[in-house]
Amino acid sequence: MKTDIILAGVGGQGILSIAAALGKAALDNNLNMKQAETHGMSQRGGDVQSFMRISDEEIFSDLIPKKGADLILSVEPMECLRYLPYLKEGGYVVTNKTPFINIPNYPEIEELEASIKALPNYVLIDADKIAKEEVGNGRAFNFVMLGAASPFIDIPFEYLEDGIRALFLKKGEDIVNMNIKALHAGRKFAEDNK
Amino acid sequence: MQKHLLLGVEAIAQGAIDAGISGVYAYPGTPSTEITEYIQESKIANKRDIHRRWAANEKTAMESALGMSYAGKRSLVCMKHVGLNVAADCFMNSAVTGSNGGIVVTVADDPSMHSSQNEQDSRVYGKFAQIPVLEPSNQQEAYECAKYAFELSETLGTPVLMRITTRLAHSRAGVEVGEAKLENELHLPSNPKQFILLPAIARKQYRLLLNKQEKFEEASENTGFNKYFEGKDKSLGIIACGIGYNYLMENFSSEECPYSVVKVSQYPLPRKMINKLAEECDKLLVLEEGYPVIEEFIKGYLEKENIIGRLDGTLSRDGELNPDMVRAALGFSCHTDAPTPELVAPRPPALCEGCSHRDVYTALNEVINTYGKGRVFSDIGCYTLGALPPYESIYTTVDMGASITMAKGATDAGLFPSVSVIGDSTFTHSGMTGLLDAVNEKTPITVIISDNESISMTGGQESSAKGRIESICEGLGVEKDHIRVLMPVPKNHDELCAVIKEEVEYKGVSVIIPRRVCIQKAARDAKKARVARAKAGK
Repeated sequence: MKTDIILAGVGGQGILSIAAALGKAALDNNLNMKQAETHGMSQRGGDVQSFMRISDEEIFSDLIPKKGADLILSVEPMECLRYLPYLKEGGYVVTNKTPFINIPNYPEIEELEASIKALPNYVLIDADKIAKEEVGNGRAFNFVMLGAASPFIDIPFEYLEDGIRALFLKKGEDIVNMNIKALHAGRKFAEDNK
Repeated sequence: MQKHLLLGVEAIAQGAIDAGISGVYAYPGTPSTEITEYIQESKIANKRDIHRRWAANEKTAMESALGMSYAGKRSLVCMKHVGLNVAADCFMNSAVTGSNGGIVVTVADDPSMHSSQNEQDSRVYGKFAQIPVLEPSNQQEAYECAKYAFELSETLGTPVLMRITTRLAHSRAGVEVGEAKLENELHLPSNPKQFILLPAIARKQYRLLLNKQEKFEEASENTGFNKYFEGKDKSLGIIACGIGYNYLMENFSSEECPYSVVKVSQYPLPRKMINKLAEECDKLLVLEEGYPVIEEFIKGYLEKENIIGRLDGTLSRDGELNPDMVRAALGFSCHTDAPTPELVAPRPPALCEGCSHRDVYTALNEVINTYGKGRVFSDIGCYTLGALPPYESIYTTVDMGASITMAKGATDAGLFPSVSVIGDSTFTHSGMTGLLDAVNEKTPITVIISDNESISMTGGQESSAKGRIESICEGLGVEKDHIRVLMPVPKNHDELCAVIKEEVEYKGVSVIIPRRVCIQKAARDAKKARVARAKAGK
């Protein structure tokens, strides 16, 4: 198996917590993984991305080649489109619906959603809303997103649950359960809407 | 064996800890910062009380590390590429003194300038100083290289440069970790004159360094980090340096690479391997992240015309490598990728909502625009973002501390007013000496030290300036009445404007210190306090 994922968002949105759970899931199950991320200047409200590669074979490059990604997982709708040159034919775009508007020339929301809906394979999910209403904590939106992407990631779902458990172990059972609930809520949405 | 999920920089840190270092010396700078942070958080480092506090700048870091090496213990120095310019005086001379305890200088380059003002290649510095350079290709190798570097440094009596670039620095992978060595015992150099670079001794020391060159090359031939892979197809031979090797193999992930390859992760170049490759293959492709250092070098000595790489345009002359560039260089057809839709707008980084620098620039613009544009000199830090809309307040960003001295030079040339904007930590890094120049000549400049009490761009490290900026300025001779401290918040806007106006008009050196803690740091500190309270409650 081999899955190449581009995680996208805006600096400060926390895509790295998604990467951390995925990384833990891969490593604890003896899969190879590489995950390149952005630090420094662009973290200040700029566009950020992380290249996440998981495979049962040796992984060489830290970067994903163009047209190489199986999945673009974006926590912000405009950001998912920025990385389309990296998407494989038949690859999936899973994106959050809530825009992060910190620039004056942000596109019209209708136009933006139309672009996303024109893609052959996409899941457009309001992760913020699901996190608040179904999980009971807005901050869990990142793991709603991971759940929504999980059907397209070629590793068993239980690995992801274990990854979250390992990541939040120190923070207590309640936090673990909340994030796992978020994972399930996201997955359910994707299964119903893919 | 249990694998640890580590960034490239963290793998180096763990390797250094396991090599038995007694100290890390560094100034934060992307993409090198997390090496030191990892050691600061490490249990074993805390238990051993390894030196791990931030230095005021890269030069002081390098010098302290050399002092530790003099005393016989192992020391690690870390910095970003441009930091090595600051440390270069000591770095170059440390090659001549050589080492006693192992000393490894880890420098993280930033090709494509993700978070930097240039993309200089530190391997050139390695060649310049004539010391061995290691350039690991992946996270596991980064760990092994760090451990090996200290052995090499002690065996050959030389500082070792470890060069990495952004992609390895900030990419995570599983790393197998080995045994941790004990620290060295304190022991002085066997030759008590080794570190006295008086000309007569320096000449001897330098000859010693020259005589070691053969050993350095021998180490490169025999190291496990350089490898020769025999290929069937001799039409092309490939020299793949550092992570260039990964991008090469990425293009052959489903099959075997048909070409002969020399994978290079240790310099000086393993000449025997390179000669063998050159003899066997019709054409050579050089894959290197950064400058065409090797390509230029072998073009000089091989007398071979068919060498392709960054110099002849086969690969782009600037920017970092990636698998797609290497794909094209191998002559494979390029993917026709879907373009990014036009409606996707660029999203440049920006000062955070509520950041104190915003209040400073709002006031500064209001005052300075009455004099005309082009009069504000700035520096390296979050406040550099004041160059972008909506502020567009600053006109220079060159190197750490240059805001003060460039404002001085412009004033000497007759520009009025000349205002400098510098951060608290950048001021203590390299701004103080420039301020002294201005004081000595009573140059009429206004220096705004926008003090957010942290090194924010790199993640909020402790600033050496904290709590002592006024006393430093006073000590340097700035008049007390012209050191103005105030809180930059919107309600103090008029006051801030008035103070800037007054001090700009003062015909001498004035320092304005708008002080408010970085909002990111404030949020992190509040969170830490909440966690601490919750723990205490239990």
